[in-house]
Amino acid sequence: MLLQIRRSLILCFIFIFLCGIAYPLIGTGIAQTFFHYQANGEITKNGSYLIGQNWTGPKWFQGRPESDNAMASGPSNLGSSSKQLKTSVQQSASKLKREGIQPTPDLVTTSGSGLDPDISPQDAYAQVNAVSKYNHLPIQTVLSLVKSEIQQPQLGFLGSQYINVLKLNTALYKLEQSKNR
Amino acid sequence: MQFTLTISTLCIILIFTWRFLGSYITAVYTNKINYLRAAERLIFKALNIDQFGEQSWQRYTLSLVVFSIVSIFITYALLRLQGGLFLNPQHLAGVTPALSFNTAVSFVTNTNWQNYAGETTMSYLSQMVSLSVQQFVSPAVGMCVAVVLIRGIARRESKTVGNFWVDLVRGVLYIFLPLAIVSGIIFVSQGAVQTLAGPILIKNSLTHFSQTIPRGPVAFMEAIKELGTNGGGFFNANGSHPFENPTGTTNLLSIVLMLSIPVALTYTFGKMVGNIKQGFILLLTMAILFAGCLGLALYGESHGSIAISSSHVSQTISGNMEGKEVRFGTSNSALYNIASTQTSTGSVNSANDSYTPLGTTALISGMMLGEVSPGGVGSGLYTILLFAIIAVFIAGLMVGRTPELLGKKIQAKEVKLAGLAILIMPITVLVFTGIAVAIHAGQSGAFNRGPQGFTEILYAYTSQANNNGSALAGLNGNTDFYNITGAIAMMLGRFAVILPTTALAGSLALKKTVPNSLGTFKTDNLLFGGLLTGTIVLVGGLTFFPALALGPIVQSLSHKVF
Repeated sequence: MLLQIRRSLILCFIFIFLCGIAYPLIGTGIAQTFFHYQANGEITKNGSYLIGQNWTGPKWFQGRPESDNAMASGPSNLGSSSKQLKTSVQQSASKLKREGIQPTPDLVTTSGSGLDPDISPQDAYAQVNAVSKYNHLPIQTVLSLVKSEIQQPQLGFLGSQYINVLKLNTALYKLEQSKNR
Repeated sequence: MQFTLTISTLCIILIFTWRFLGSYITAVYTNKINYLRAAERLIFKALNIDQFGEQSWQRYTLSLVVFSIVSIFITYALLRLQGGLFLNPQHLAGVTPALSFNTAVSFVTNTNWQNYAGETTMSYLSQMVSLSVQQFVSPAVGMCVAVVLIRGIARRESKTVGNFWVDLVRGVLYIFLPLAIVSGIIFVSQGAVQTLAGPILIKNSLTHFSQTIPRGPVAFMEAIKELGTNGGGFFNANGSHPFENPTGTTNLLSIVLMLSIPVALTYTFGKMVGNIKQGFILLLTMAILFAGCLGLALYGESHGSIAISSSHVSQTISGNMEGKEVRFGTSNSALYNIASTQTSTGSVNSANDSYTPLGTTALISGMMLGEVSPGGVGSGLYTILLFAIIAVFIAGLMVGRTPELLGKKIQAKEVKLAGLAILIMPITVLVFTGIAVAIHAGQSGAFNRGPQGFTEILYAYTSQANNNGSALAGLNGNTDFYNITGAIAMMLGRFAVILPTTALAGSLALKKTVPNSLGTFKTDNLLFGGLLTGTIVLVGGLTFFPALALGPIVQSLSHKVF
């Protein structure tokens, strides 16, 4: 028994060194050397492409109606037959309607992370009219902007089609700048 | 169409890992490969053990249990002390006693149930040294038990079943470390973060929106989290967090990693007992159960939720998107969470609590059937072998012959041990759920109203007793009641199953092999596959149907909001 305890202790410390220190540090070394941009969170001057932000519509294309508090990731956990979920869906839907946007499922629900950086092409199409009207831009120009920002699934089939909201709004901003010039 | 391609790709990859990883694992546990001989020798020298000295099943089990208890103590101590230690850029305080106990047991038993939010509770040191280490070690311990049971079946009149220390060290060195490094690199290349720098404050100049973004050594923890069917993520949002699971590629990679070792072990089993067809029949049984649950979940999630449809938002195109990420959509979300609940992983890329009642039934069913489709690393294989013993016993009763499994006579002792090991889980789940719903400390944890509140509690104990770790996460589990009862459920689900299993292995190893005769009931054909599937479904169904009826079934029939 004492022998087993001694061996367990020694082995635990060997594993702590191998798997708890060497493994993540070697990993960090590889990551920082070869994938510096990705390993640090794809941070750009206006935020991370991977972490959702709050955008007020219809000045901007808006993402999913969540708090985007990156220090408290997580879903609403409201069940599929939750009255509270129904209320919040209805609130989001009527807010969208006031802004002249036809509600889509993504735009009235919250994500698994609470930080979803993306919307689906349908969500963006639903906002084209309202966004172009508010910013006095031609609908066709905004529509083609949306189309150019659609990310296809990787290798053509992995994941879903999506649009990164930060990228889309940055492009929208550039469009406005060039119009004003 | 895209999803069909995803499923086909997954199947093709798994066929390869079944064949080649299966044969590699065989080589690891039969000492056929030795390219890390130098490192091994150093470790065995430090432990003062003879690499070729074998243990009896009693000594093997004692070593395993002592090692696990020591691991729980060390993990607990590190969590309690994190406030005063280094690699703590957010200056987080030590973790509370009840939560540290629950978390230590959770990671040592390969459960990875998490009653905390990682980004605001755990220092980088705790994530790396306390939690990630167990993500390597606990699946390696699971492998040991599976390998011991395989040896028990394969060996004849043998008093020994292998050496725990050798099996454990070789598992970590040859299987988990190399595969985790390779997959960690893929994770980070796709955008999973891997840095020791602390959180970063960003400010969007277009909107003046500002945000503090937590980071950390995530990508490489993600790799071992999935590969070891652990499931404990760095962030609270787990695999739905864009820093853990950024793209469609990492989503598929995660699913592949969760399934590859449990699937490959059926090949290893076949190879080691000298009947690969027998391994294939086990794999087929697993695949049938998996496909059934996946189909149910896809159907449920594509039809959307009542809360949304009754608000007059059409879900025809997207399905139930509450709690799901746009980059995955409903199908890839359901596939990930099914893979994670059918193995003992328990990581999520979408919120289980927001699944439809049918989806929830599919998620919980995989666990209620004993986590055998394909189950956790090691635990999946040894659990399905326990069911195989029950299945040959039932077959033996029907034809009136002493049952045999691969030439080993299955007698009263073996059937008792297998029965005991199988009944531990349902007893633990039902008793603890019963207590929790009867007292205030249990009831007050439920978050959703109506039948789903009950499902949250039932799910919690089902998950912990199966060492899965997924949750209907609305449940407030960070109370003394849930931390302590949960830890007990996890220990019972792990060690109270491992003890009879290794005893069974010891008893089988001692037996002679009976030669095949005309009257032998063959276990490597479709008939046995059907019998085994039936046994698993009947045992799980009969035990849990009444509980399910009170939860998701009544919820899906009621069409009401609560």
